[in-house]
Amino acid sequence: MTRVDFMQGNIASAEGALAAGCRFFAGYPITPSSEVAEHMARRLPKVGGRFIQMEDEIASMAAVIGGAWTGVRSMTATSGPGFSLMMENIGYAAFTETPCVVVNIQRGGPSTGQPTLAAQGDMLQCRFGSHGDYSTIALAPSSVQEMFDLTVKSFNLADRFRAPAFLMADEIIGHLRERVEFPDTVECTPPRPIREGMLPFEPEEDLVPGFTPFGHGHRVHVTGLTHNEKGYPASTDPDLHERLVMRLIEKVERARHEIADYDIENPDAEVVFISYGVPTRSVRQALLDAPEGLYGHLNLRIVWPFPENLLKKFPNARVFLVPELNMGQMAREIVRHCDQPVISLPRLGGELHTPQYLLDRAEEYR
Amino acid sequence: MTVEDWFRHDRLPHIFCAGCGNGSIINSTLEAVDSLNWKVDETVFVSGIGCSSRAPGYIVTDSLHTTHGRALAFATGVKMANHDLNVVVFTGDGDLSAIGGNHFIHACRRNIDLTVICMNNQIYGMTGGQGSPCTPTGALSTTTPYGMDEPAFDLCDLATAAGANFVSRWTSYHVRELTRSIKLGLQKPGLSFIEVMVQCPTNYGRRNRLRDVEAMVSKMRDHALLKEKYDRLVAERKPIPEGSFVVGTLTDRNLPALGVRR
Repeated sequence: MTRVDFMQGNIASAEGALAAGCRFFAGYPITPSSEVAEHMARRLPKVGGRFIQMEDEIASMAAVIGGAWTGVRSMTATSGPGFSLMMENIGYAAFTETPCVVVNIQRGGPSTGQPTLAAQGDMLQCRFGSHGDYSTIALAPSSVQEMFDLTVKSFNLADRFRAPAFLMADEIIGHLRERVEFPDTVECTPPRPIREGMLPFEPEEDLVPGFTPFGHGHRVHVTGLTHNEKGYPASTDPDLHERLVMRLIEKVERARHEIADYDIENPDAEVVFISYGVPTRSVRQALLDAPEGLYGHLNLRIVWPFPENLLKKFPNARVFLVPELNMGQMAREIVRHCDQPVISLPRLGGELHTPQYLLDRAEEYR
Repeated sequence: MTVEDWFRHDRLPHIFCAGCGNGSIINSTLEAVDSLNWKVDETVFVSGIGCSSRAPGYIVTDSLHTTHGRALAFATGVKMANHDLNVVVFTGDGDLSAIGGNHFIHACRRNIDLTVICMNNQIYGMTGGQGSPCTPTGALSTTTPYGMDEPAFDLCDLATAAGANFVSRWTSYHVRELTRSIKLGLQKPGLSFIEVMVQCPTNYGRRNRLRDVEAMVSKMRDHALLKEKYDRLVAERKPIPEGSFVVGTLTDRNLPALGVRR
């Protein structure tokens, strides 16, 4: 039997983490994400887990990676300035193939910016923010229910691909209060254990190595240096480095069609909105307010790896309109994958596009 | 088991320079671990970046070679997620007290049940001999070509002030004393901090008229002042010999600790 509650997005995310079996949380207070940490601090000790408030976000990300290597599902939550501080260790997580979840309740930036107001300004940072090449998984919730559901999903994706997964929410969804349905159990797919005879960083067919958590006799050496399949440093071998980095990107990118999570409305439309996260709510209202079937809509719940094939689901599309709470970060990505004009509809400052604004812009392209 | 069994033999030979003292510190550590009958598969070595931080790569346990300065934060995560693992951190003076200074004082404040072994060579060895927060005033390095004009940290004072349960200092010369001290640290609930003064002939010695390894080690030995002797000199109001540093157990207490195995 499902339980129904009325709660805030940040707390729904924490509840999603607990339902997914997260038993270690390390974090540092930052508006507008702190309720995630506060809820984990209250709840984790009651379910046999552990919470620690670290001295900064650099340490938080480090501790989460340390926790993850003991085989415990581990998470942190932060916002812009903290996310920037986490970048070096996020690259470490990507390179050492550490499954972990980072919740980012995005706020207005750059710098301290607008601590209490929403933005989607970290969408490229979560993909490219750490130095070097790698690929990541990012999810974008547009409701409190999705804060719960997509947090659970973040853990499963992080474990499946042995990569950090990012729940890229924003202040509005984080602080929004809505009805949530909690299922009795959620799907939890732990990382695939290493197979007998395989090396700790030797990939299986899907390019993901079996996991070797600490304390289980694997005697694994984990390093942020370029390493061979044994996990040993081999940082001056050009071919090995190239193979490793390409595999880390490919293991995520090759699954982008299969793991795509999205909604499509009016696929025959000529003018199509593409959105993710909170602007999806404005687009949905705009479509309700417009004559039926006039405008199309693609809502993305997984933003990275970017499922470019979905653009083909709108065969009559003449133009894509992309409302975002940034200066067109994902619009840049969409431009790379289609021939039609892509119109970025940026909104900065913390407020949403109104449905009427979206309809007025759409009207210009009819 | 013997000490030999704790090494990851297929990773040898190591990358340390001829004359480096890090190897004897690793030896002392493994000797201490082995004498306590610790299990390989219940022990994790964690490190940051630098010469000292290469140590876990030569040990056969699970090990985590992390980012510069952050070893203690990673180790905190390992220990908090699983109290049953024995966690030992290798670090150096630059890794621990410059880029990692904040994590150092907070790990001590939490008194988290880790053993931290700092190989203090008073220099950034891995990157070619730049000055560190532990480079003595006046010493030459590639970034202090006219002599270090800042005072050095006393890492043991820092650890004690911040709340660590066990704090000691020895040198790479004092192999037996060091091994005994590490053993005490490993057994102590809470944070144990063991500073080991170690020679770096390549990047410290050759710029500071200590080109010869033996000269460097002799200088450390001659300037190491036993804690007991230091206390006596203070009590008798006698002068402390210039250039000396105190060795021995400096702090040993039982403040409440975090992450202790039940």
